[in-house]
Amino acid sequence: MTDLDQRELIIDHYKHPRRKGLLATPDARHQDRNPFCGDEVTVDLVVRDGIVTDARFDGRGCSISQAAASMLMEEIVGSTPAQLAALDDDHMLALLGIELGPVRMKCARLPLTVLQGALDNLHHSNGKELEP
Amino acid sequence: MIEPGVATRVDDIRADFPALARQIGDQPLAYLDNGATSQKPLAVIAAMDAYYRAHNANVHRGAHTLSEEATTLYENARLRIARFINAPSDKQVIFTRGTTEGINLVAYAWGHANLGPGDEVLITEMEHHSNIVPWQILRDRLGFTLRYIPVTDAGKLDLAQLPHLLTERTKLLSVIHVSNVLGTVNPIAELVDAAHAVGAKVLVDGAQSVPHMPVDVQALDVDFLVFSGHKMVGPTGIGVLYGRREILESMPPFLGGGDMIKSVSMAASTWADLPYKFEAGTPAIAEAVGLGAAVDYLSELGMEWVHAREQELVTYAYEQLSDVEGLHILGPGPDERSGLVSFTLGDIHAHDLSAVLDHDGVAIRAGHHCAQPLHDRFGIPASARASVYFYNTLDEIDRLKASLEKAQRIFAF
Repeated sequence: MTDLDQRELIIDHYKHPRRKGLLATPDARHQDRNPFCGDEVTVDLVVRDGIVTDARFDGRGCSISQAAASMLMEEIVGSTPAQLAALDDDHMLALLGIELGPVRMKCARLPLTVLQGALDNLHHSNGKELEP
Repeated sequence: MIEPGVATRVDDIRADFPALARQIGDQPLAYLDNGATSQKPLAVIAAMDAYYRAHNANVHRGAHTLSEEATTLYENARLRIARFINAPSDKQVIFTRGTTEGINLVAYAWGHANLGPGDEVLITEMEHHSNIVPWQILRDRLGFTLRYIPVTDAGKLDLAQLPHLLTERTKLLSVIHVSNVLGTVNPIAELVDAAHAVGAKVLVDGAQSVPHMPVDVQALDVDFLVFSGHKMVGPTGIGVLYGRREILESMPPFLGGGDMIKSVSMAASTWADLPYKFEAGTPAIAEAVGLGAAVDYLSELGMEWVHAREQELVTYAYEQLSDVEGLHILGPGPDERSGLVSFTLGDIHAHDLSAVLDHDGVAIRAGHHCAQPLHDRFGIPASARASVYFYNTLDEIDRLKASLEKAQRIFAF
């Protein structure tokens, strides 16, 4: 894929986000924002038998942060929390397929940070054991 | 000799700024982010280079040749800056790291000695975070009240509210001269008169005014003026606090350390005279020398010319951007603003705009510009800002417009 195709894909995810809209009863929810530009992302997760079976996001912000959230939600269903906890900046860059400077990297990182925050909440759901 | 035309003069001026000749990808740079920081002329770069190559030593200390030279260069810079803002004396020009440190210096040194429960500090809704946060921190410690002059929908201070906001309880009015988001030029002389009438002191944040227009501290009658070197073709890490002499003399020091003392014993210390009382530690000597060269450069251009040139550019930018469908400009019309235009374009996030523009070599600022309360006031999360300086061209503004129209096509929903 060329850089241009990749940019079009980002714009497409931005204009037509996948898996956008929160769940009524998620197993874990986390929200954070990027104070630099006011991007906001919330992630909802459902985990069954150690597998993410549903993932949704909501948010507002620039095309990078929102497209990255859409792309990330699309690919994580079927993964284990441990796999997702291991994702890093390089993964987000590979997902977006474009180069980003340190400033916009914060926009790309936000959905991953929020996802990993939701995973942490999963482990610390007020000491409550999760439904198997 | 015939006076060269503006175009020729601007071409000559641009040749003084090496960074303006940069390419961004395959496009020439159109640098329209001067409100964040200006580019630097060779004269400033050379002055700092020469300082480090030939004169580097600590100031006010050694009796050797280099220290004498460094001290002379440092103090000459102070003298030039004093002349530039028409300060009565160079002793009233205190070097700081920039506008933010200048405001913090006044907050901690003057504020701690003069503010307490029952007192009020009056600022405005259009302040930069640097003129909000220090007062909030201090308010929480000292128990005074922090009040805000509101901003009208047109982006101007709502002076109709002034009579009940500015009262005998007000000890300080701290106000931005030119808004870094709206471009609004605030009526400082009028505000100073009103503040002095109730016995309040006035601090003016000149970060966006001193680089762009003649600013005369005696004509404005301000008690404090703070500004940054890097927005006025000088280096980063250096700025100025000007203060009225008797106020500076009555203030306790801000930072304690070397260079700011007259004598130190195990029991106690006495403070150096102005300006050194407020310059603890080894100062930013090369940066001060660079700022001195920057002030020389601007003085040679003439601040009246700089201002007129920028008004021409900003008026053109205002007209051109007004033409772009869906573009909304924040703040007043061109005759009431200084050299910047902030705007939103439909629902396109400011960062996305900035990224598309960067692809075309056009550098603007995107975000909340360290003025979140003001963006909240207008109900927007962020805005894009094009800010000009005397070296910009009408052609660069045409490129800005063309690139914005391109962004509009890319992000059309």
